[in-house]
Amino acid sequence: MALSFHSALIAPTDDVWSVSQLTTAAKRIVEGEFMPMWVRGEVVGCKVWPSGHWYFNLRDAVSQVRCCMWKREATRAGKPPADGTEVFVLGKPGIYEVKGEFQFNVSRLIPTAAIGQAQQELERVKALLHRDGLFDAARKRPLPALAATLAVVTSTAGAALRDIITVTRRRWPCARVLVINARVQGDGAAESLVQALRLVNRLPAVDVCILGRGGGDREDLVAFNAETVCRALAEVRVPTISAVGHETDVSLTDLVADVRAATPSAAAELAWTDHREVVRQLDDLAARLAGGLAGRTRLGTEQIERAADRLQAAVGAVLERRRQRLGRLAAQLDALSPVRVLQRGYAVPSGADGRVLKRRAEFLPGAPFTLRVADGSVDARVEPPPR
Amino acid sequence: MTTIADELTRLEEIVRQLEADDVELDAALALFEEGVARLRAARERLAAADLKVQTVLEEADGELRLQDLDG
Repeated sequence: MALSFHSALIAPTDDVWSVSQLTTAAKRIVEGEFMPMWVRGEVVGCKVWPSGHWYFNLRDAVSQVRCCMWKREATRAGKPPADGTEVFVLGKPGIYEVKGEFQFNVSRLIPTAAIGQAQQELERVKALLHRDGLFDAARKRPLPALAATLAVVTSTAGAALRDIITVTRRRWPCARVLVINARVQGDGAAESLVQALRLVNRLPAVDVCILGRGGGDREDLVAFNAETVCRALAEVRVPTISAVGHETDVSLTDLVADVRAATPSAAAELAWTDHREVVRQLDDLAARLAGGLAGRTRLGTEQIERAADRLQAAVGAVLERRRQRLGRLAAQLDALSPVRVLQRGYAVPSGADGRVLKRRAEFLPGAPFTLRVADGSVDARVEPPPR
Repeated sequence: MTTIADELTRLEEIVRQLEADDVELDAALALFEEGVARLRAARERLAAADLKVQTVLEEADGELRLQDLDG
């Protein structure tokens, strides 16, 4: 660069940029630098072009910037803002290469007054619901320990449902998911959500209900702040999870639901127990079942052995029929048999009265006891205490 | 229809009874056999892994209808 500076002083040669190279390079730098951002300012000179695009300046006390809004976004914004309107605009800075102009490309435009109104409405509804106790901690129901059927109120077209199904398949693959389609944004969203929530109460055997949608702009979540939706959610007869897909903003349904989840995926994580946990629980119960029976050996070992044989025979028949599917179970059952337990080298001590000795304190110094092992029993005696 | 939650609750009960000191052998064996059957049922249910996703549709006459949804 130092070299080109010198040569530029002497005479422009190979290092000359074309104007379009300059604007293209500037555009690349400017547009690569910024994430979409909200800017607040005052609109001046909004012009609607025949193409439907809007052009206006946004200014504050010191600066102004040229803004452009394409037809599709402009249509969503409604009427062009009058001079002096205070607005929030969402967009990204860019360079209009043809004119070499710095401009702000706007995708959303919201008059600040509208935000104020929305905020006031939100506060009004919030106060009402609070008065009626809908946010009370005492109202909150715990989620079921082991749900079997989940109702989901959301848009069947949205990413929220996909995320919920993905998590469900991983955590609780034998689940049943009932989806009640609803509009989650735009006109009629609140009415649609209310209707869907009421429908949940007409479904039999639902264990838990998720109300949700994916992340969106703050304005698009307005239905989840509607009084009617909040009240309908409070009336759902099973525990509810609100997942409106926004880490930072809290919707009123989040406050009314029994549990709030940051995202629909997180809601599904909360709704379902991990099936591997239940498998572990079953393993534990199987072990305790075997242990419980082993504790009864004093009452008739032979009877137990016969029962175990019968069980094994029964299981053997089942295995014959469904060997592949029940392979795991077979191993489990095998381990359950008290006889097998003894064959693995365990021994069951019992006192003179035949009671099984389970704790240190039951072994009295010098007392005789019997050790039952796989092929019979051995008489034993506790060592007397050292003198 | 019994759910896995129901099976687990009953299994807990069986194991607790079996672990108590005052169960007669006959009762213990019956409990053990029931426990094994319930364990098997619960494991089979878990292993089946047939996730079912359905949409709930309300007919014009107010009747509810379930329709399978391709998850």
